[in-house]
Amino acid sequence: MISLQNVSKTFEVGKKKVEALKDVSVEINKGEIFGVIGFSGAGKSTLIRCVNLLERPTSGKVIIDGTDILTLNKKDLQKVRQKIGMIFQGYNLLKTATVYQNIAIPLRLEGVPAAEIRERVKKYLEIVGLADKAKSYPGELSGGQRQRVAIARALAHEPEVLLSDEATSALDPTTTEQILELLLTINKELGITIFLITHELDVIQRICDRVAVMEQGRIVEQGKVVDVFTKPEHPRTKSFVRNKDVFHVPEAIKQQLEKSGKLVALTFLGESSKDPFLATIAKKFDILPSIIAGGIDQLKDQSVGNLLVHLKGTEPEIQKAISYLQAEEVLVEEVSNQ
Amino acid sequence: MSTFLNEWGDTIWQGFIDTLKMTSISLIISVIIGLPLALLLVLTRKGGEAENRIVNAILNTVINIIRSIPFIILLFFILPFTKLVAQTTIGVQGVIVPLVVFTAPYIARLIESALLEVDRGVVEAYQSMGISTSKIIWYVIVREARASIVLGLTIATIGLIGATAMAGLVGAGGLGDIAYQYGHLRFQPDVMYTTIIILIIMVQAIQSIGNLLARKLRKN
Repeated sequence: MISLQNVSKTFEVGKKKVEALKDVSVEINKGEIFGVIGFSGAGKSTLIRCVNLLERPTSGKVIIDGTDILTLNKKDLQKVRQKIGMIFQGYNLLKTATVYQNIAIPLRLEGVPAAEIRERVKKYLEIVGLADKAKSYPGELSGGQRQRVAIARALAHEPEVLLSDEATSALDPTTTEQILELLLTINKELGITIFLITHELDVIQRICDRVAVMEQGRIVEQGKVVDVFTKPEHPRTKSFVRNKDVFHVPEAIKQQLEKSGKLVALTFLGESSKDPFLATIAKKFDILPSIIAGGIDQLKDQSVGNLLVHLKGTEPEIQKAISYLQAEEVLVEEVSNQ
Repeated sequence: MSTFLNEWGDTIWQGFIDTLKMTSISLIISVIIGLPLALLLVLTRKGGEAENRIVNAILNTVINIIRSIPFIILLFFILPFTKLVAQTTIGVQGVIVPLVVFTAPYIARLIESALLEVDRGVVEAYQSMGISTSKIIWYVIVREARASIVLGLTIATIGLIGATAMAGLVGAGGLGDIAYQYGHLRFQPDVMYTTIIILIIMVQAIQSIGNLLARKLRKN
């Protein structure tokens, strides 16, 4: 439903030209949650702002429901924007208005009838769980509550798409979790497509269906979250995915272990995590597996198990064990190569 | 006390009314001129919603020039202009024009700084909702800046009261004029102190009302 085609954006900072986006193409399907991850300065913020033309691309097309919105006049663009909700890291609420007014004022400015405004504010405040805060001012609310108000404000326009510009980046882990839960609910129950950008892998992992990894204005890798997560190809993606404690083995221990065998990282997906693979390979082959570290990551609709295992034995036996595991759809990666 | 009131009561009352008149009329006209100027300054500045370097530069220069001229000089300097606009150069009517010329650019600056305090993120949020720039100006920028604008106008009002004291030079009267004419030149300290005390009370009252109103509008 949203298609960015060969989008480039060049900023002129003084006399210098900064290319924030270089020939970026992304396709966001109806009903999915699509995430873009990257470090700050990667261009993801510029990218999301190109979707509703808060930033106009220097070249390329921004197609929404079949229309290239770059060709629209002001009035028509405003109409399109009303169907695209957006939430921000800084919430961006009116400080001098109550929660109720914060949701009602934009609706009033769009000419929604008063009775309907009352209904919608009530409905969406309930959805975000702030029905009792209608008369509060943003200054009296916590960060998470303010973001809920911002979400309610966006939803009250009954949009088809919600853009999230680092919406959880200023929140603590527990609150982040709650906001992500809310975004999932919105996506599932109201059928709203969500396009989000973040620098937090957790956000992608928890709620996204597909992900694109950005670096220096380019998308370097994209695909289903499970695939990108378990089989990262680009070094940048690896640095995101592998930036986990489970893979950080002190060098001294690593060298010690490698003398008597091999260190391997095993990744189990969904169903395969239930089988006792380590016991099986210990019986089948002449090796002694021992677990160094491990953990389970919960993706949107499946879990991914990570194990760092030391396989003690001769090289041929280890290779046989690895082949066996691979045949059982366990991802095996030799840690010593990294 | 009663003899003092009998002798000076009417004069001082008249002065009070004149000061009030000059201040309030000039203030209202200055806001009517100053607010659009402030909006224009904010909108045409670099990165503004209607960026225009030429308009912005001209506006800035004119405002700075007028603000550089002391009121007493301005008062005489623009006499022909005053005559043209107000049909007269004396009395309360004649002093409104210079007071406005003096105050409007000042108010424009004060409101400009209040408007610039408004979080650009909120403006962006409203743009993302497809709301037109004109509505954003009024319902977001001006609305969010109200408290700071009120405080700015309080400062401007007090400045205006000060300027009206010089209006006596063109026969407009007012408390400042009474303090100068009777109190200072004819050396009648009781008249001077009375008018000064009234001026102090006026300034205090205006500042208090301004603070109160700003606090009510700020809400956080």
